Amino acid sequence: MAILVDKNTRLVVQGFTGKEGTYHSEQMIEYGTTVIGGVTPGKGGQLHLDRPVFNTVSDAVKGEGANASIIFVPPPFAADAILESAEAGIKTIICITEGIPTRDMISVYHYVREQGAALIGPNCPGVFTPDEAKVGIMPAMIFSRGPIGVVSRSGTLTYEAVDQLTRQGLGQSTAVGIGGDPIIGSQFIDILRLFQADDETEAVVMIGEIGGTAEEEAAVYIKDHMDKPVFVFIAGRTAPPGRRMGHAGAIISGGKGTAEDKFAALEEAGATIVMNPAAIGEAVRAHFSVA
Amino acid sequence: MKVHEYQAKEILAKFGVSVQKGLLATTPEEAVSAAQKLERETGNDLFVVKAQIHAGGRGKGGGVKLARSTDEVRETAEAILGMMLKTPQTGPEGQKVRSVLIADAVDIEKEYYLGITLDRGRNQVVIMASTEGGVEIETVAEETPELILKEWIDPVIGLQGFQARRLAFGLGFEGKAFKQAVRFIVALYRAFEESDCSIAEINPLTLTTDGDVLAIDAKINIDDNALFRHADIAELRDKNEEDPLEVEAAEYSLNYVKLDGNVGCMVNGAGLAMATMDIIKIAGGEPANFLDVGGAANPETVEAGFRIILKDLGVKAILVNIFGGIVRCDQVARGVVQAATNVGISLPLIVRLQGTNAEEGRAILEESGLKIETATLFQEAADKVDEALSA
Repeated sequence: MAILVDKNTRLVVQGFTGKEGTYHSEQMIEYGTTVIGGVTPGKGGQLHLDRPVFNTVSDAVKGEGANASIIFVPPPFAADAILESAEAGIKTIICITEGIPTRDMISVYHYVREQGAALIGPNCPGVFTPDEAKVGIMPAMIFSRGPIGVVSRSGTLTYEAVDQLTRQGLGQSTAVGIGGDPIIGSQFIDILRLFQADDETEAVVMIGEIGGTAEEEAAVYIKDHMDKPVFVFIAGRTAPPGRRMGHAGAIISGGKGTAEDKFAALEEAGATIVMNPAAIGEAVRAHFSVA
Repeated sequence: MKVHEYQAKEILAKFGVSVQKGLLATTPEEAVSAAQKLERETGNDLFVVKAQIHAGGRGKGGGVKLARSTDEVRETAEAILGMMLKTPQTGPEGQKVRSVLIADAVDIEKEYYLGITLDRGRNQVVIMASTEGGVEIETVAEETPELILKEWIDPVIGLQGFQARRLAFGLGFEGKAFKQAVRFIVALYRAFEESDCSIAEINPLTLTTDGDVLAIDAKINIDDNALFRHADIAELRDKNEEDPLEVEAAEYSLNYVKLDGNVGCMVNGAGLAMATMDIIKIAGGEPANFLDVGGAANPETVEAGFRIILKDLGVKAILVNIFGGIVRCDQVARGVVQAATNVGISLPLIVRLQGTNAEEGRAILEESGLKIETATLFQEAADKVDEALSA
């Protein structure tokens, strides 16, 4: 098993014929992901990368049985793209786009939940289930299949963690980049719930960062509901308050959202704290060597 | 994006938010004519001279002063204009004051707090109000959280009248002031929504002795991601208020935040950039900056990144940490070589390349003949920073 995406994923790419959409679709197809085609309004009926282009997501659902979507649509139009997927009945929606206005995301967040869909992102690197499906922009070469679930607000720091795990001989069940924006479709708690229920996942690596309270909420869930070990790194211990650290959501405001608070909450919840971002793989390895 | 108080008040006034009258001045002469104009309109010869800088806490630093006549306006404006205003939110050197707002002073009966922002835990907009105006809301939240009233906004239906009334009643408004307070809250919410604010804060919201409700201070920040649909607001950006290195970095689409440490760093991705700052600290250094070169790193942007890092004279070593996904390490390596050749880097330079085309990248660095320490693993890079600082 795995979570969110696997060999049964039938992926439709929104923004299929654009530069980003084309490049990453090629990479996903090469990895073996079932990309059924894409959506570019006005280009319906054409072929792109040997696959059909549809005008709407509902056409892709009807025509090719799409059950997951990935979005490479520019920020002004990305919220609409997410809503279109949710309305068409897609249950796993992954939005890579960075720079969507917060106001747009508020209504999107609530609508997608009402439709019973899982939105990953925006501003995320996607979801990767090794040997089954790459749905996103993560580099395939660092992954290997195994028992570790990975969930992170970051892109390249996720690659770093996955690479460290693979070097320690620890494969991944699924890696999920949930995104760096203030409003994201799925929080740590949503993904931890999926990993807890997934038979294949034996331990979880969780990578948070400053800003917001998602890590503190995850701590409550870990304490009350998780029996699988969770290893945590929080980025931004050296970040100054009141300054945005690249990600729109990575900001300590009003003294809230510091790395110290998050580390403390998660340690109290029984998670294993890793203070050195270069020692994530070793920490998980040490646990599995003892067990 | 931050805007000045006077700009915030102009934006809010467009939405019908009742704000204190005021005029901007950049010279003492302009300040005097602004005061005279206000006096003709209001018949009031009491003014407040307010330094316009982006940082809060201006009053504490001596940037907000009462003036009892136009002569006093001139003296006060002379003193404030050009001063380096230090507040708890500026750096230790302070921020230069380039303009002052000459505001019509009002007699205050009572001060309140009103703020609108995003509640990230609930994914909803929240309106917060408190009878404890004029003090920092964080302090109120910490010490007397029961004194903060909150109304969460359902994004489908928006702010409802009963919610605005509940807030106004909760603050204890009555009669004419109650009606004005409700109108104020509704107008502020509209301004927040339609201008894509990330925060709109009125502190203090004031009840005057005449029984009127108005904003005598206003702070709004705009969601950077939404500036594409607010060309008029985007124009209000004041680069004088930003660190010059950060302004330069933004021109190259580099995300740079200056810090006070001794190890400069250049990284792809915000999370990895923060983690790199953290590991610099673990290695015994202090990060001199946050710098995310993003997914579009190429020789030109990398060279720009080096130029910016090197302008910070506190930097004693530089760590480049790239985990190539979309970014190709060979491209970054070419940028490093180009920069080292064009800019001349005499400081210890550690370059860690991993991921897409990492080996090609390291080969380019090694063949360049430049004095560069290379690394493959994150820890290896941290150890080399430690060595460089110890040498």
